[in-house]
Amino acid sequence: MTTTNAPAPATAPAGTPVRGRRSPIASAGLHLTLLAASVIAVFPVLWVLLTSLKPASYATTTDFVRETTLRNYTKLLQDTEFLTWFGNSLLVAGLTTVLGVFVAATTGYAVSRFRFPGKRGLMWTLLITQMFPVAVLIVPIYNIMSNLGLLNQPAGLVITYLTIAVPFCAWMMKGFFDTIPREIDESGQVDGLTPFGTFWRLILPLARPGIAVTAFYSFITAWGEVAYASAFMVGDENLTLAGGLQKFVNQYGAQWGPMTAASVLIAIPAAIVFLLAQRHLVTGVSAGAVKG
Amino acid sequence: MAVHTSGQSVAEAAEPGRARGRRRDSAGAPGTFRRGLSTHWYAWTMVAPVVIVIGVIIGYPLVRGVYLSLTDANERNVERSIGVNHLPATYEFVGLDNYADALTGNQFLGTLGWTLVWTVSCVTVTFGLGLALANILNRRIAGRSFYRMMLILPWAVPGFVSVFAWRFLYNEDNGLLNKLLAGGGIDAVPWLNDPTWAKFSVIAVNVWLGVPFMMVALLGGLQSIPGELYEAAEMDGANAWQRFRNITMPGLRSVSTTVVLLSTIWTFNMFPVIFLLTRGGPGEATQILVTQAYKFSFEISPRDFAQSSTWGVLILVLLMVFAAVYQRVLRKQGETW
Repeated sequence: MTTTNAPAPATAPAGTPVRGRRSPIASAGLHLTLLAASVIAVFPVLWVLLTSLKPASYATTTDFVRETTLRNYTKLLQDTEFLTWFGNSLLVAGLTTVLGVFVAATTGYAVSRFRFPGKRGLMWTLLITQMFPVAVLIVPIYNIMSNLGLLNQPAGLVITYLTIAVPFCAWMMKGFFDTIPREIDESGQVDGLTPFGTFWRLILPLARPGIAVTAFYSFITAWGEVAYASAFMVGDENLTLAGGLQKFVNQYGAQWGPMTAASVLIAIPAAIVFLLAQRHLVTGVSAGAVKG
Repeated sequence: MAVHTSGQSVAEAAEPGRARGRRRDSAGAPGTFRRGLSTHWYAWTMVAPVVIVIGVIIGYPLVRGVYLSLTDANERNVERSIGVNHLPATYEFVGLDNYADALTGNQFLGTLGWTLVWTVSCVTVTFGLGLALANILNRRIAGRSFYRMMLILPWAVPGFVSVFAWRFLYNEDNGLLNKLLAGGGIDAVPWLNDPTWAKFSVIAVNVWLGVPFMMVALLGGLQSIPGELYEAAEMDGANAWQRFRNITMPGLRSVSTTVVLLSTIWTFNMFPVIFLLTRGGPGEATQILVTQAYKFSFEISPRDFAQSSTWGVLILVLLMVFAAVYQRVLRKQGETW
């Protein structure tokens, strides 16, 4: 599936020029369709960005731009716990990612390279755990965390997120290790390296991009998780962003100003990194999930 | 077989017949085990961390969850600490009563019905739109990278942020959508407050969220179809529809079966969209199984842990049955997956 990450026009099918003639009407139709789709895709995000720059009194008007101000942002940063939530999210998602990748790396390699009894069962388990609905585990984990005194603690949330991250990371890394030629392992063995040595000295450095993608994926998964975060974390100073944002918009009313400003601060860095990394992400999806 | 070509790995892993055969071999006498240990200890050591983690933080809670679904556990009778006092659990084993209640009552079946409607419509529309856009983007067209970037954007924004953005647009009194309608002289639409509109609205948001992934995956599939096939078909006089039908669709088969399966499972379990957009309301109109199970244990009082676990187990069983049937049907049609 190497073709997935090559969207450049250069990869267009060789036959295109021959049948590439399109009537101007057809071309216009295609462009209109794409434009309409792009507007629908971008508009909600853009609208939130614009609203965040408007004074609160205009927040719900349809005016595109009137009196641009950063007051929503300064208020958000000064008067709310936004930075605390941001820190909590960063801590929880970061720890989840590091632990998830660390625990799963050797398994991805073993599953990619060795035949061993239990492998099939393990692969099945990794696959099935990915379709676990949050509802199956949330109550028992909640009760266990409650007994251990880990509710409302970042550590509790990290442990919980590992239930999502570990199977996912192992599965995805297997996909990346599969793309590294086996001859490299063989050359390592010829040079007298143990399987661990081969893994550590040869394969791991080669798999670095794949590991980065896996890490990024588990980071954004934990960053955007809502169900566990809403159930396990209460009290203003313990919330993660997913819970914090809910504070601004609840059944009693909506503070669109801080809500939109917070959305922008959460989304823009994520979107930039995502768009930079997306070619690799797509390969990752194909290697890890789509192609299994 | 140790080296999988990336396309085959699921196929092989997912074949239960062989799995059974393998297990029978290895579950023999202790001698076999010892021999296995000396040959395979590298592999077993390497998978040990994941096996331990899965066993401890997934396996154990799962077993607890299944057990809870066979009891009458709720907030008032589970083991808990109030201040320094530690109260032991007093809930009792009730057998399959919870399952009987769920399967004979209206609530589960009603919610299941809407969950199926929700899943099927979301997946169908998302797949249709994704396929159409992927096909357009696969042509030579000016500004292709630009369009592609724009169309991927919803995928780049964290899901819960997008959902709040949509809540902002959907707001009945001063949301943008209703303002635009008012500009056209149309009455405000109760996007999230009327059961039918709310169903429509949640589906729209989920489709909006899901199209980028679908499009990108299918675009990848399209780009892996050799151009010569199209050339040859054109020589033979096949028209555009025939080429689509006989080259594109079969060429996309393995990608589309996988993304449809994934997308079905994801949509079935799509917690954040429903939870953040409508909380299952108005009434229970948009409640899907997952959000309802969550509601049992975290939003009602006393929290009904047993019922919630029961629904959770039923959801898992439904999904596993679905995945197994799906895979069997594909295999019957000659797909190697």
